[in-house]
Amino acid sequence: MSSQRPSAWYAVPAFGFFALFAALPMLLVIYLSFTAWDSLGTPQLNGGENWARLLDDAEARASVWRTLVLMVVSWLVQTPIALLIGVWAAGKQRSRAVLSSIFFLPLLLSTTAIALLWNALMEPNFGAFVGGPLFLGDPDIALYTVVLVISWQFIPFHTLLYQGAARAVPPSLYEAATIDGASRVGKFRHITLPQLRYTIVTSSVLMLVGSLTTFDTVLILTGGGPGTATRILPLHMYITGFKGFEMGYASAIAVVLVVLGTALSLAVMRWSGFRSMSSQQEGS
Amino acid sequence: MSRRSWVRPLLAMGLVAVTAVVSACGTSGPGESNAGSLKIWALEDPVLNKIEQKSIDSFKASGGNASLETFGNDPYKQRLRVAMGSPQAPDLFFNWGGGNLKEYVDAGKVADLTSVLEENKAAKDAFIPSVLDGAKLDGKYYGVPMRGMQPVLLFFNKKVFKDAGVEPPTTWDQLLTLVDTFKAKNITPIALAGSQAWTELMWAEYVLDRFAGHEVFKNIRDNGPAGWKDPAVVQAMAKLKELIDRGGFGQSFASVAYDAGGASTLLAQDKAAMHLMGTWEYTNQLDQSPDFVKQGNLGWVAFPSIPGGKGDPSNLVGNVSNFYSATADSKSLDAAKKFVTTTLHEDSYVDALIEAGDVPPVVGAEEKLKKSPNPEYASFIYELVLDTKNFQLSWDQDLPADDATFMLTQLQEFFLGKVSPQQFVDAVAAR
Repeated sequence: MSSQRPSAWYAVPAFGFFALFAALPMLLVIYLSFTAWDSLGTPQLNGGENWARLLDDAEARASVWRTLVLMVVSWLVQTPIALLIGVWAAGKQRSRAVLSSIFFLPLLLSTTAIALLWNALMEPNFGAFVGGPLFLGDPDIALYTVVLVISWQFIPFHTLLYQGAARAVPPSLYEAATIDGASRVGKFRHITLPQLRYTIVTSSVLMLVGSLTTFDTVLILTGGGPGTATRILPLHMYITGFKGFEMGYASAIAVVLVVLGTALSLAVMRWSGFRSMSSQQEGS
Repeated sequence: MSRRSWVRPLLAMGLVAVTAVVSACGTSGPGESNAGSLKIWALEDPVLNKIEQKSIDSFKASGGNASLETFGNDPYKQRLRVAMGSPQAPDLFFNWGGGNLKEYVDAGKVADLTSVLEENKAAKDAFIPSVLDGAKLDGKYYGVPMRGMQPVLLFFNKKVFKDAGVEPPTTWDQLLTLVDTFKAKNITPIALAGSQAWTELMWAEYVLDRFAGHEVFKNIRDNGPAGWKDPAVVQAMAKLKELIDRGGFGQSFASVAYDAGGASTLLAQDKAAMHLMGTWEYTNQLDQSPDFVKQGNLGWVAFPSIPGGKGDPSNLVGNVSNFYSATADSKSLDAAKKFVTTTLHEDSYVDALIEAGDVPPVVGAEEKLKKSPNPEYASFIYELVLDTKNFQLSWDQDLPADDATFMLTQLQEFFLGKVSPQQFVDAVAAR
């Protein structure tokens, strides 16, 4: 009995599901992006009109830029914090269990609850920061406020990833380093970080793609405001499609989102050597 | 199988995909309804839904069959779009009249109710003509009023005004002076829930109407976005900018929300002096800050006039009323017509609306309104509507959804000072 692999038929449910709920809708969205449709009548093909408009749309360009800023800044904020807390939480300190469970609290809250909570906290007249900066009301600050809230929400998740990975690092490596007289920082730099390399890749892909498509937090927290200060690309799509009912144009934006997301994860994979993933542990 | 019949389901799936990308929310409403029964869709409201259900019960008692489904504001608009023209479409649907309804009429989805209203004179004559006209398009009636009238009023805090020794404004210049008065006392002159663009829109609507008359917007609505280029629009927006720059709305309005009660609480807690809002503000205050209302500190006046302005000071803006419209290809069209011409003006329905604090859109309600829980307030609104020369539906309901959405975004940028009056006009006129 050499072939214990399941037959190809086993993949049918998964492929069927993917085709029906991912591939087919995506094809339809591509079709819709070449039509004018207010979701009332029948879609009318209008050639590349939506795409020409997209190239010309200053608001779309600005929202792509905001999305990139949001993506990069939240990666820069979340990664170091999550990494450090994760590695720390993997250790054996006495207070670790208690403090870790406090750090993980935001994980238990739903996005809606988190967004509403922060929104109430930052209310300019009755919130917790009255007289302070207008976190949600100042167009120059609002996007960073969104980063702050998203980070608060997701750092615990990434911490959990790092904690698990850091625990898997063989203690023998650290023991050897201790004998060689390595400092704490040295051990972190030369053992922990290289060993966590693939975890960093995984966590980064999740963060980058996650913040590219993030939507609910921003919708509830700011609704894209003040003005358009936090109107990121997915929100621009939503407002165009479900407030303005321009489904064709919204579909064109959706296609851009799909392309950006795919390109991004491919790029991260390639750049990081994720595909040739192999063990970094002793003997490899 | 015809082409149309499979295109729609496929597109609906595409729509599902887009929805799935943006969020994973949404519960499906109760879908099943018996055949031959009238399916009615309305906007969710804890008080009014009960009254609407009662009118359905009385319709059932007289041999009809109907059921009510309700939805929150944004989900309702989306759901209605997708449902219209599908077998899931309601037979009667709630709407705001005006341009919002016109999109459905233009798509051939709405039944013409003119003849049935002419046949049932008693029903037609029961409603205030200017309100009935809210759902009149190209000389035909496409809806019947079914909720109270909701013009926008200037609310004010009587205590704050008394302490400052001033009177509520009747002219624009008085309003500007009051801004300085209250600023000097560290009170926000006007509360504004600026994180929601429709609150800012109320200001733009009234300022343009008072300054240049209601024809300017009518022209925009009827003849397209080029109408924004009327020089009066830039001038009116410049007046509004003067008010904003003077600090009329304070500095932090951009993240104040109406739904969360931010602006109303400012007024109730003596932190703001005035608040421009729809008539629902009264019920809202009564609910959130009952003492403020019961101590008689909540005042209200019509929007001030602008000296030299062309608009009639009696003109109103806001929600004229809400309407029931019938779906053109409904299988129960006759029942739908019977429903709107029998239940919506009958005494029990009107009385229930008044009891709930609404001001019903029917003629001769003066006496009945004295039995309202807030007789002084209800009568004030009733007189305002009866006396008005023109009752303009909120712009965002009166323009096609895509233009309205774009205009609201530009307006928020305008209030933030990112866009000048001229830039605002250029942007919305170029749509």
